Amino acid sequence: MKLHEYQAKEVLRKYGLPVPEGYPTDTTYNVREIAGRLGGYPVVVKAQIHAGGRGKGGGVKLAFNQDEAEQQAKAILGMNLVTHQTGPEGRIVKRLLVEAGCQIAKEYYLSIVLDRASSQNVIMASTEGGMDIEEVAEKHPEKILKVYVDPAVGIMPYQCRQLAFGLGFPQEMIGQVAAFIAKFYDVYIKEDLSMAEINPLVATKDNKLLALDAKLAYDDNALFRHKEAIDFRDLNEEDPLEIEASKFSLNYIKLDGEIGCMVNGAGLAMATMDIIKYCGGAPANFLDVGGSASAEQIEEALKIIISDPSVKAIFINIFGGILRCDRLATGVVTAAKKINIKIPIVIRMEGTNVEEGRRILAESGLKFLIGNGMKDGAQKAVAAVKG
Amino acid sequence: MSVLVGKNTRLLVQGITGKEGMFHALGCRDYGTAVVAGVTPGKEGQNVEGIPVFNTVTNAVRGTKANATMIFVPPAFSADAILEALDAGIQLIVCITEGIPPQDMVKVKRAMRGSSARLIGPNCPGIITPGQAKIGIMPGHIHKAGNVGIVSRSGTLTYEAVGQLTAQGIGQSTCIGIGGDPVNGTSHLDAIRLFNEDPDTHAIVMIGEIGGSAEEEAADYVKAHVKKPVVGFIAGQTAPPGRRMGHAGAIIAGGKGTAIEKMKAMEAAGIRVCESPADIGETMKKALKK
Repeated sequence: MKLHEYQAKEVLRKYGLPVPEGYPTDTTYNVREIAGRLGGYPVVVKAQIHAGGRGKGGGVKLAFNQDEAEQQAKAILGMNLVTHQTGPEGRIVKRLLVEAGCQIAKEYYLSIVLDRASSQNVIMASTEGGMDIEEVAEKHPEKILKVYVDPAVGIMPYQCRQLAFGLGFPQEMIGQVAAFIAKFYDVYIKEDLSMAEINPLVATKDNKLLALDAKLAYDDNALFRHKEAIDFRDLNEEDPLEIEASKFSLNYIKLDGEIGCMVNGAGLAMATMDIIKYCGGAPANFLDVGGSASAEQIEEALKIIISDPSVKAIFINIFGGILRCDRLATGVVTAAKKINIKIPIVIRMEGTNVEEGRRILAESGLKFLIGNGMKDGAQKAVAAVKG
Repeated sequence: MSVLVGKNTRLLVQGITGKEGMFHALGCRDYGTAVVAGVTPGKEGQNVEGIPVFNTVTNAVRGTKANATMIFVPPAFSADAILEALDAGIQLIVCITEGIPPQDMVKVKRAMRGSSARLIGPNCPGIITPGQAKIGIMPGHIHKAGNVGIVSRSGTLTYEAVGQLTAQGIGQSTCIGIGGDPVNGTSHLDAIRLFNEDPDTHAIVMIGEIGGSAEEEAADYVKAHVKKPVVGFIAGQTAPPGRRMGHAGAIIAGGKGTAIEKMKAMEAAGIRVCESPADIGETMKKALKK
């Protein structure tokens, strides 16, 4: 679960990490007042959306007095912000962060993620702050310092010093930087984050460290340990169909093709998307109904699939293990009758009780297309779309 | 023959009195696995259809000589369950549970370092040696005893591959579902090494998916050490970057872990990579003829 910048800074502040003073707002009405309260100019008005690249897209502006702050806020709030991460459709800005500016001496990069290959957390730091770190990794991998943390002992002071010296901080700042890194790792572990990034981390002209921007994401699997963090979830940032699907424990991701998919199991669901493409079509979604889909889940899954207007045909691909084919067939027949689906449905079933399942489909009086194997099913779905 | 599970497996089930645990404990027993014990703290002395329940894994091992465990406890308690099994000296730990926090698994992996015990999973369908024993939730009847080893991060996609092989008359030595999480106990490479060293496994199917670099590491190993034919497939060729595709580990992050990269690495290692998931059985048939 991703956090907005203002939420991420709230978390950092709670742990005693230095962030600029600032306040979020979802109206322009109080921007003058906030700007005045920050005790100096310039102030920064920043769009709060989950995507990165906000500055380049025009979502971050400086203001040198109250009038300017209000003007900038009016320009940004409600704008459709397009960045390299939002896609061409962009994202409407619904909230701002109005923040104190600072005198930057130098910018750095700092992040922590889980390194899958070593099954350890890795801290990455670079002097190339403010840049797109993926670009740095590509062109100048030597400019990214990495420290792997042994989970049995946690982060050690020498590792923090290694990074602080490695980044070239002056002697009088080493202690401050090392303490910052140790605390930042503490946030990452204690909050069960899946990623934590400060870009840029800045040294101010009076030799103070400051997290100028912050991106944090909670690990979804660990949210049960962080009930208070659930308030950070912003439904505006999610696709309405995906929100609906999550209410029924369905794993749905909207894509931009024409063939709606309903599959059991994540791997098979991906493979189903792949074979649709292989057969010349395009999948409209990823949808995993899980290992033991109930009749209700099947009905909701079908409703969600057809509420995407670009869907022209549905491909149901089930390999029955725990989920029995007869139960699936009954669920599909009931749902198709109840919600009166007008577009072609191709069903491919294999596995437990498949004969009984096929009989139920055949005797339903509904015109299902039957796929004999994955490829045949995909081909029939592609043909159905092409008419 | 087989790797890891077989006639000598004596299985205990952690979380046996839960709905899922009970259902699949009995499923394994019906398939022919010797299910000798269950563990649910506080329920020692009870039994599940004749399977005795113990308070601790240590008690269960002492009482029944169990040598493998299947874990069904909820995600919040799974790391604890794995480490309890490790402490009791169980050599094969299969964790079915989905949704374990990755940081819990980081600690588990660290605690298992240097141990001879093997963890399979979490978030996996388990492991089966057709005709002998299964530890997991897969439908046993689609399998056929034979000489092809399968390793996969997926559940139903593995069944799909098994179904295709069985339809071609090709049996399986052992099928290992290593699970869809970013931090897991057994990697593709580990499984392929086991298959390579098993004289009764003549060929290998390796099914991967987007995310991480485990497939690339396995491909390097295949290139250097494996003479047996290997057939591969990578799910997620059409997956958008930055989105978790159902499995916690199935994500293209920072442009890394794409299907294309993995397929290229596998092809370069001499693995026969199927572009279509429907071609796994046929490709293996051709590979075995050569």
